[in-house]
Amino acid sequence: MNPVNYLYLAALLFTIGAFGVLIRRNAIVVFMCVELMLNAANLTLVAFSRMHGNLDGQIMAFFVMVVAAAEVVVGLAIIVMLYRSRHSASVDDASLMKL
Amino acid sequence: MIGLLVAAPLLGAAVLLCGGRHLNRTGHWLGTVLAGVSFILAAVLFVDMLGRPGDDRALHQHLYSWVPVGGFQADIAFQLDQLSMTFVLLITGVGTLIHLYSVGYMEHDERRRRFFGYLNLFLAAMLLLVLADNFLLLYVGWEGVGLASYLLIGFWQHKPSAATAAKKAFVVNRVGDAGLAIAIFLMFTTFGTFAFGPVLANAEEATQATLTGIGLMLLLAACGKSAQVPLQSWLGDAMEGPTPVSALIHAATMVTAGVYLITRSGAIFNAAPDAQTAVVVVGAVTLLFGAIVGCAKDDIKKALAGSTMSQIGYMVLAAGLGPIGYAFAIMHLVTHGFFKAGLFLGAGSVMHGMNDEVDMRKYGGLRKYMPVTFVTFGLGYLAIIGFPGLSGFFSKDAIIEAAFAKGGTQGWVLGAVTLLGAAITAYYMTRVMLLTFFGEKRWQPDKNGNEPHPHESPKTMVIPMAVLAFGSVFAGGLFTSNDAFVNWLKPVTSFEHGHPPIGVAAITTLTVVMLLIGVGAAWLQYGRRPVPVVAPRGSLVTRAARRDLLQDDFNHVVLVRGGEHLTRSLVYVDNKLVDGAVNGTAAAFGGLSGRMRRVQNGFARSYAVSMFGGAALLVAVTLLMRAV
Repeated sequence: MNPVNYLYLAALLFTIGAFGVLIRRNAIVVFMCVELMLNAANLTLVAFSRMHGNLDGQIMAFFVMVVAAAEVVVGLAIIVMLYRSRHSASVDDASLMKL
Repeated sequence: MIGLLVAAPLLGAAVLLCGGRHLNRTGHWLGTVLAGVSFILAAVLFVDMLGRPGDDRALHQHLYSWVPVGGFQADIAFQLDQLSMTFVLLITGVGTLIHLYSVGYMEHDERRRRFFGYLNLFLAAMLLLVLADNFLLLYVGWEGVGLASYLLIGFWQHKPSAATAAKKAFVVNRVGDAGLAIAIFLMFTTFGTFAFGPVLANAEEATQATLTGIGLMLLLAACGKSAQVPLQSWLGDAMEGPTPVSALIHAATMVTAGVYLITRSGAIFNAAPDAQTAVVVVGAVTLLFGAIVGCAKDDIKKALAGSTMSQIGYMVLAAGLGPIGYAFAIMHLVTHGFFKAGLFLGAGSVMHGMNDEVDMRKYGGLRKYMPVTFVTFGLGYLAIIGFPGLSGFFSKDAIIEAAFAKGGTQGWVLGAVTLLGAAITAYYMTRVMLLTFFGEKRWQPDKNGNEPHPHESPKTMVIPMAVLAFGSVFAGGLFTSNDAFVNWLKPVTSFEHGHPPIGVAAITTLTVVMLLIGVGAAWLQYGRRPVPVVAPRGSLVTRAARRDLLQDDFNHVVLVRGGEHLTRSLVYVDNKLVDGAVNGTAAAFGGLSGRMRRVQNGFARSYAVSMFGGAALLVAVTLLMRAV
């Protein structure tokens, strides 16, 4: 199977993730879309690793996974706290960062 | 010794102005005595100076260095040469006489002590002016006399007209003073010093443009102080001051400071012919201007003020002629100091006897009531119109000859102007004389209904008038016998004999003829028939001359209105253009940031859009660049 197809798949996943981040209001869904984008990037890295025949991309993918895991921990904690204080997980409700 | 000359009146001013009321009863005598001390010192120095040969007569005294900074050296140093000596004798002599006169004239004024303080201050400043050995110290004296003049014109400050006149004199003088300051700056940048010695000795090494600039600025200064066109407007109003002030400051001494300045800076003017021409033109114009104004005034002091302006015009004209004229300018200055001070004191005496009435149309027939005043005033009158044998005849005739000797068309024009001036002088002085002392009584009661009872003035007033009349009669003859005055001044001002294109005898004859024409015209108009108490409307020229030939109207239209328009247009430009640019920029940035603020809406998703948009743009640009 042609490894380029993995790149197409990754691009598709990244686009879906990006649109999800931009159009969904639910913080959990937005969060999952971010994960989707990260994993699309991981898929790209692994695919390039395969295409070039070395392990650099796979090592990079592990780093991304570690960072993603850390991000999930912090991010979910923020979302839980947000929900507790506002009884809503909508990102548009937290629009205090303006003049 | 030279310093003491200045110190005596300065001490008097300090004591009289700082001392309290207990000096009220003796203060005036203190002031008079200190002026006299100064005169005696001057006389001693004069005798001492006569004992030395001509080229070795100048005395120098260095008191101390005022501002010694690197190449800038401002010294308090005096120089007493023949020119300064002449002025010192005139100032202290006439000054002492007028102090004495003021004792009587100001007898009933409760602020007499202060008056004498100011007079002493004036003497000190004027002596400083003529004794300074550099232009900066001269400037100090120059400003000092300006201050004293301001204080004395406005001495009766409770009269609004006097307060305004003082301010006017001060402001107009300031214009001239700016000229002197600029001249001194130019001297310093050109010669690196402003001491008389080096500046005048090296005058010819400077470029023509610089010398002309310095000359014109000095002329501006002289115009301000000596009331020459175009800065003449203050002198007429300055007559608001007490009459002794008009006699001392605004006739005999201070107003001649401009002539002193031009004569002292002779070396600069000699090397700058253009500036010299300007001096001559100013002198000639003022000569006629003042004379015409003098013809139309009914106020005795203002008529004399016009005459002063005109006579100083003669001096400035003579000083502008160069080495053929300097000595004559100073000679006329001294004789003028005698007869004009005498005339003013006579006018003061008449006013004293006539309840301070100044309108000559309300005098008439006073010769029987004030015989001494009549005789002294009459001698001054004969001297100023140049009656043969009296002072004015010798000094004015010398100037007329020098004007003809200028040569070429200029010589003829100047000669004609000075001759015409002589005729007008004879006319307006005869008019003053006839209106005041001859004809029938036209006395009017004053505002309080008091009929005037003319009487001869007290001795303190009569003695100075007699002494000045004596000077008016004999000074000219004394100065011209054996060319004594010219030889005396020659080492300082240098002298060349002028050669008029027509004979000296012819010029003298012409002068006398002009004199007779002037006297005759005045007699026809004022001597033969009764004079109306209320002035007739008069011709256009007469009405203009009564308004000082429209000088104030001119100043108002050109300078006041013009200045207002200038400032208004400048304010407009400042508001609209300068402020507009600054405010516009600020408003543009304000509006722009107001719009850009809306981008910051607090919605995380909208920030994400910009991030994605930006990233997409970067990728697109990178790809495009690679493709190209």
